[in-house]
Amino acid sequence: MLGFGILSGLLVLPLVGAAFILTLRGDSEAARSNARWAALATTIATFLLSLVAWARFDTATASFQLVESHVWLTETIRFKLGVDGFSMPLILLTTFLMPFCILASWESIGHRVKEYFVAFLVLETTMIGVFCALDLVLFYLFFEAGLIPMFLIIGIWGGKRRIYASFKFFLYTLLGSVLMLLAIMAMYWQAGTTDIPTLLAFKFASNLQTWLWLAFFASFAVKMPMWPVHTWLPDAHVEAPTAGSVILAGVLLKMGGYGFIRVSLPMFPEASEYFAPLVFALSVIAIVYTSLVALMQEDIKKLIAYSSVAHMGFVTMGLFSMNEQGIQGAMFTMISHGLISGALFLSVGVIYDRMHTREIKAYGGLVNRMPMYAVVFLILTMANVALPGTSGFIGEFLTLMGAFRSNTWVAFFATTGVILSAAYALWLYRRVVYGELDKPALQTITDLNRREIITFAPLILLIIYYGVQPGPILDVFAAPTETLLNNVQAALATVKTAAAAAH
Amino acid sequence: MNPAFTIPAFGPVLPEILLAAGALIMVLFGAIRGERPGYAMNIIALALLAVTFVAVLMLPGERVETMGGSFVVDGFAKFMKALTLIASAGGVILSLDYMRREGISRFEYPILIVLSTIGMMMVISANDLIALYIGLELLSLSSYVIAAFDRDNVRSTEAGLKYFVLGSLSSGMLLYGSSLVYGFSGSVSFPVIATVLQGNVSIGAIVGLVFVAAGIAFKISAVPFHMWTPDVYEGSPTPVTAFFAAAPKMAGMAMATRVFIDAFPGILIQWQQIIVFISIASMVLGSFAAIGQRNIKRLMAYSSIGNVGYALIGLAAGTAEGIQGVIVYMAIYLAMTLGTFAVILGMRRGNVMYETVDDLSGMARTHPVLAFCLGMMMFSLAGIPPLAGFFAKFAVFNAAIEADLVALAIIGVVTSVIGAYYYLRIVKVMYFDEPAERYDAMPAGVKFVLALCSIFVVLFGIVPAPLVAAARAAASSLF
Repeated sequence: MLGFGILSGLLVLPLVGAAFILTLRGDSEAARSNARWAALATTIATFLLSLVAWARFDTATASFQLVESHVWLTETIRFKLGVDGFSMPLILLTTFLMPFCILASWESIGHRVKEYFVAFLVLETTMIGVFCALDLVLFYLFFEAGLIPMFLIIGIWGGKRRIYASFKFFLYTLLGSVLMLLAIMAMYWQAGTTDIPTLLAFKFASNLQTWLWLAFFASFAVKMPMWPVHTWLPDAHVEAPTAGSVILAGVLLKMGGYGFIRVSLPMFPEASEYFAPLVFALSVIAIVYTSLVALMQEDIKKLIAYSSVAHMGFVTMGLFSMNEQGIQGAMFTMISHGLISGALFLSVGVIYDRMHTREIKAYGGLVNRMPMYAVVFLILTMANVALPGTSGFIGEFLTLMGAFRSNTWVAFFATTGVILSAAYALWLYRRVVYGELDKPALQTITDLNRREIITFAPLILLIIYYGVQPGPILDVFAAPTETLLNNVQAALATVKTAAAAAH
Repeated sequence: MNPAFTIPAFGPVLPEILLAAGALIMVLFGAIRGERPGYAMNIIALALLAVTFVAVLMLPGERVETMGGSFVVDGFAKFMKALTLIASAGGVILSLDYMRREGISRFEYPILIVLSTIGMMMVISANDLIALYIGLELLSLSSYVIAAFDRDNVRSTEAGLKYFVLGSLSSGMLLYGSSLVYGFSGSVSFPVIATVLQGNVSIGAIVGLVFVAAGIAFKISAVPFHMWTPDVYEGSPTPVTAFFAAAPKMAGMAMATRVFIDAFPGILIQWQQIIVFISIASMVLGSFAAIGQRNIKRLMAYSSIGNVGYALIGLAAGTAEGIQGVIVYMAIYLAMTLGTFAVILGMRRGNVMYETVDDLSGMARTHPVLAFCLGMMMFSLAGIPPLAGFFAKFAVFNAAIEADLVALAIIGVVTSVIGAYYYLRIVKVMYFDEPAERYDAMPAGVKFVLALCSIFVVLFGIVPAPLVAAARAAASSLF
């Protein structure tokens, strides 16, 4: 097929679905229903195709697989795709979460249904593109292109302050990213190419590394988001429709972490080592400060948004501890947080669809009328707190262990975040689910319907499965982590020998 | 034989001769035929532009000088002439329905466009200061007239007058600068100036250079010679504004490139700082001043000022990579600006044209396709991938980084984020706000231009290589 492989297929398939939905005429109930089913079918087909890719993927090697390369901008800036152990799980996470987003929007999106699903499918393409791009310009292209559909999703289908939130989201992330673009160009003129595998082997001069690292950091830190550039996230989360929040927390935030592990750590090892204390400091502040902020929130979504920032703090801390546990833990946290936060936002969506408010005060005593929901929400809350037995625990434990090996004080302060997270999550649970059901509006609230049960069941199963059996995921990270660490150590060793020789 | 009687080679000038002869025949035809309804003159003009386009494509690729060395054709000239002709054709097509409905459909309009186009093509190919000035005057005088084409409308006549007065001033500056350059280099020919003005040149030549730069900056509406732009853009009939935003910009950037790269390569250090300053000032003013605008035509005027600033980044680099960036930028900008004006021309109910940003309200629901196209144009102007505008910005910033103009590049990307705000506002008004009444159906010509531009802007990212490669070939012909 002209050399187009399965990864191109993953990129094109959602676009085909989007194009099909665009051809639907009219805005009748039938057309809306067709749009929903078409979107669901497309996302499921994409997920199945990603499973095929996964079946062809060999976890034993650290090299890039399923590689394809096509002529694009110039001879050295090519349309190159490929996956390794870091990106493959993130692609699976993306394709896996998408059908749930479509299901979650089934009834809650009542107007401009076709446009909504088109935006979501285009967004899926850009997210998959970020994770499988093997050329920095292509990476940037997908990284930024996702802003357009997300801007529209927040702005059209969002809550009351949607316009403010969408502008803030767009301009904040754009400002972070443009500096990365300049850094990519600087790398192009240094190395003569933007091909990622070639750049991984290229050694940049030490002082240049510092600047490049900072430019990429500006972008990834905003995307993660790290304290103090996290302020766009609560606004965007609160105003976005449920499915938008799921994708935002589940996948878009992971782009920052993925960027660190794909670009910053391996390409600028010296700068990464130099700036590690800065990242540690910001991570610990994020973990402790945003957990405290989360305690004070009166809006459920905002609370979960702040908890996301705290969890991303664990990710950056793990990544920059630069040891096996830290990096694998960070990657694991990203996957697990994708599942947990996605499911948490879906569960907020359940009560929001019924009551149309996210105020914690408006709820209370839900267990009396929604026992099934109470169970689901409890499991998810526990997973968010990182209770052993859920996937959240594995990730946090590993990152803390990695941080402990690297810097005990960092680990010490980060651990207090674990306690704080229990505080805000359990308190939220108490206020929403327990107590007397005395609010008149809640008297008629109904429990989960079949569509919602279907949505939650696989997510919860996976969260518990990976909590008990983390092996399958960790094995995927093992080979690339080892290669990454070896290369980083080798690069740092050469610098140290050179420095020693100079004295 | 007396060398003065040598007949110059006419081959390279064929496109200009075709256009000039065609324009004269059109005048004759129009005068005899008188004013009649119908699009006959427009169609003749379009056919003429098309034939000339083919003639331009058939020009030799290597550098040829003729007319005693005052006229040069090379890959760069070919490419920019092709762009200019497309832009002029766009200006004619967009005007078809508008002029008729506004009751200002006169046969002179297509003729003036053709005359102006001859001026642009001469400017692009000028190889000495005299040829440059003549071409520029032809281009400008035709432009002043079409700016005031809606002669019973106060705004339009004001635009024409303002354009004329300020334009004459800038022509004077250019002429004064040329005379100084001539005085200090002893020649008006670009290649001779280039060999004479090397390294440390006298202050007089620098002053001349500054005046030449000022004249050029006026034509491309770069800060600080941009003041005419918002008023002229707002006052002129909308198709004329579209034409101004497209065609003279192509010629102006080509002229700037030709003058600085061909005539002053030896004093790059001197003019580079001028261009860097103009570029930064244009980008900053373009992005900040547009934020407060309510009228879309005014907004597009500031947008064009900003865009010229970005294109100038490529020129400031002064390298082949930079000129390649300029060419790519202008080609993509052409599609974005014509597409945007096509949508503006579609905002009509009955006899009233709507021109403010708020009039776009809720267009995504009343005119989903139109809103999508304009939305994509706006994201593209903001430089968001995967749309064409991203590749334009990529090309110029990449050149700036190569030339170590890091500060310029950083200022550029930051202003592009600020500029993104007002482009986003248009998307917001169309997509997030409540719908207003529907507009009338779009005329076929406008639809055609919009469709072409939208396809180019949206799908450029899939196959960017041909344009980039062609631009590289064109740019390398200057070095």
